[in-house]
Amino acid sequence: MVGFDVLSFLGGIHPPYHKENTQAKPIEKLEPPGVVVIPLQQHIGASCDPVVKVGDVIKKGQKIGESRGFVGAPIHSSVSGIVKSITMSPHPTLGQGMAIIVENDGLDQLDDSIRGNDLDSLPPKEIVDIIRESGIVGMGGAAFPTHVKLSPPSDKEIDTIILNGAECEPYLTTDHRLMVEHADHIIYGLRTIMKVLGVKNAYIGIEDNKPDAIEAIKKVARRYKNIHVKVLKTKYPQGAEKQLIEAIIGRQVPSAGLPMDVGVVVNNVATAAAISNAIKDGMPLIERVITVTGKGVSEPKNLLVPIGTPFSYIIDKCGGTRGTLKKVISGGPMMGLAQYTLDVPVVKGTSGILLLTSEEVQTSKEQNCIRCAKCVEVCPINLMPLMLSAYSKNQDYESCERLNVLDCIECGSCSYICPARKPLMQNIRIAKREAISRRKKQTKRH
Amino acid sequence: MNQLIVSSSPHINSEETVEKIMRDVVIALIPAGIAGVYFFGGRAISIIAVSVIFAVITEWAMQKLYKRAITIDDWSAVVTGILVAYNMPPTVPLWIPALGSVIAIGLIKQVFGGLGHNFMNPALGARAILLACWPVHMTTWVAPGADALSTATPLELLKDGVTAELPTLWDAFIGNKGGCIGETSCLALIIGAVYLLYKGIINWRIPFTYLGTVALFTWIFGGDGLFTGAGIYNLFVGGLMLGAFYMATDYATSPVTPKGQIIMGIGCGIITSIIRIYGGYPGGVTYAILMMNVATPLIDKYTIPSIYGEVDEDV
Repeated sequence: MVGFDVLSFLGGIHPPYHKENTQAKPIEKLEPPGVVVIPLQQHIGASCDPVVKVGDVIKKGQKIGESRGFVGAPIHSSVSGIVKSITMSPHPTLGQGMAIIVENDGLDQLDDSIRGNDLDSLPPKEIVDIIRESGIVGMGGAAFPTHVKLSPPSDKEIDTIILNGAECEPYLTTDHRLMVEHADHIIYGLRTIMKVLGVKNAYIGIEDNKPDAIEAIKKVARRYKNIHVKVLKTKYPQGAEKQLIEAIIGRQVPSAGLPMDVGVVVNNVATAAAISNAIKDGMPLIERVITVTGKGVSEPKNLLVPIGTPFSYIIDKCGGTRGTLKKVISGGPMMGLAQYTLDVPVVKGTSGILLLTSEEVQTSKEQNCIRCAKCVEVCPINLMPLMLSAYSKNQDYESCERLNVLDCIECGSCSYICPARKPLMQNIRIAKREAISRRKKQTKRH
Repeated sequence: MNQLIVSSSPHINSEETVEKIMRDVVIALIPAGIAGVYFFGGRAISIIAVSVIFAVITEWAMQKLYKRAITIDDWSAVVTGILVAYNMPPTVPLWIPALGSVIAIGLIKQVFGGLGHNFMNPALGARAILLACWPVHMTTWVAPGADALSTATPLELLKDGVTAELPTLWDAFIGNKGGCIGETSCLALIIGAVYLLYKGIINWRIPFTYLGTVALFTWIFGGDGLFTGAGIYNLFVGGLMLGAFYMATDYATSPVTPKGQIIMGIGCGIITSIIRIYGGYPGGVTYAILMMNVATPLIDKYTIPSIYGEVDEDV
């Protein structure tokens, strides 16, 4: 039920949050590793081409890869040093991908191009260019290039900006710590976005399990009368774009639509902080805050790490693993990706490293669906997960499409709640992929 | 390091399991069983024991036969066994509950694919078959108490218009009346129902719309003139409480959509009332639920909720 004082949405779940391990721990700056692995593909859109050669001496913040398309973002070196190789490497979201391997010379020399700006004197067009050149992408996980979000088609009138500080994923506390420690950066980034889109009204949504973050953000936001802090009910997936928009301003994004269809642009608080770094200091996106947590790591921490730092290095710096490690997840437990190796690097969209032991990983067997309808109750999109999953198993993707499988936001609430331990989300994902390829085939034929 | 598990998200599950749900249903059914034994004596215990044992054995044997995984530890056969017993008059010979459990688990549950695949409530399906085959055994009632005097159920009395002999509303509520073992005490059934509602195992939609519809319908049409029927009294007699909270809500045989669940409740209520008022047999709960059971796939099909942000395609 949507409460009167605390905002929320219908459906959703209340998983154990396990944020207590790291929520009170200040962000520590991680000493850069000897070698960084910077993948050419770290965003949704066209992959980058390298603009450096093996053997080149490069500086920290120097552009080393450029994206061809409009939907794309360049990449930069997170250390100064020598380009050792450009090769296939393990990748946290793609499995494998081309990456530029840079040997750190330890000198920490900044690139000459890095220069701060004054927000008030910059025209919106230039701000968007700086954001693109800084390689900023959505840092909540999807890694959609931010400059594209900030360039809506002219027929879409944007009147509201929402910053997502919900951080509804269990275990993760990166946005939480950023809000507590860098509220000023976040608000600066938000003001930048408001200026670009010429928008008067902005909201920051934060779940009510982060009172210190709410307090810190409110303290800075108070100075600007158009920036409002909204307290949200702690419920998963409160931070999903559609659910967030509805909770805060009561608008429903239409099926198959985007936030801009209801006049809204949503950005993550971490993205806003990155925008602030890019404008104020001219610093491209070469480092990010991650949470390293779970029973499988000795010292859970919130860390500021250079992009391209291998998971194995980070885990070592957190005292190494503990117990019988069963799963390593890039991101949170609800939407994160399980890794097959610890050699994968942190990329722009990595919000955390979650190490789960055999204690936390359930491997119970799948049982018959008892039709308890819990999945129907929790689906925030009002889908019928049990039916979609069953049709998908029968390879009846047409029925899946009829039941709007493509509207699924993949929050995983259905799989989480299922008492029969059915991999509902997995079956639905398969159906989504099939439905998309069916559509592509159909459009080709016509 | 090569023992890392790679699987699709989400990577965590709720604590809820099929076993826990079924065990909670068993817990919720305990007060009604105690009441049945209190009012009808040790005979009730034997009937419950026989039907539970036969339900579990049948489940095991059928799963062996079909080469399925043995799942007798998931408590679902126990639930069915208890419900078979609760739907028996306390006087039945013990082979009837035994046969009832064999029919419920073997014929209605396992033949159709096991847990979650039965198309009607196993216990009620078995009861319907037994009622048709051995009507005398299945409808010989005794009054509560040690002397086991034969009696008529309140519904039979209502039907025959013998209102003078009807138990008081209070007696009907606490269970001091003739009837099946498990349906006798509404108080005990409600205590269990509160537990199930609190645990989130059932929701309000089916039971409350069911009860509300029966109260309303029997009040309007159940008397000599319109609006003179014993609407409230009807709630506390017959198998209604047991049916509304424990059998109409059976997951496998009731709709999964919110709207469908309300249709299920109202449908059960209307059919129960029609049978009670106009039917030849005084009790309508069994057949009402069975009829709505078979309509469930159809109800689900036509009540799929509109999705979040659905756009009207004609516009």
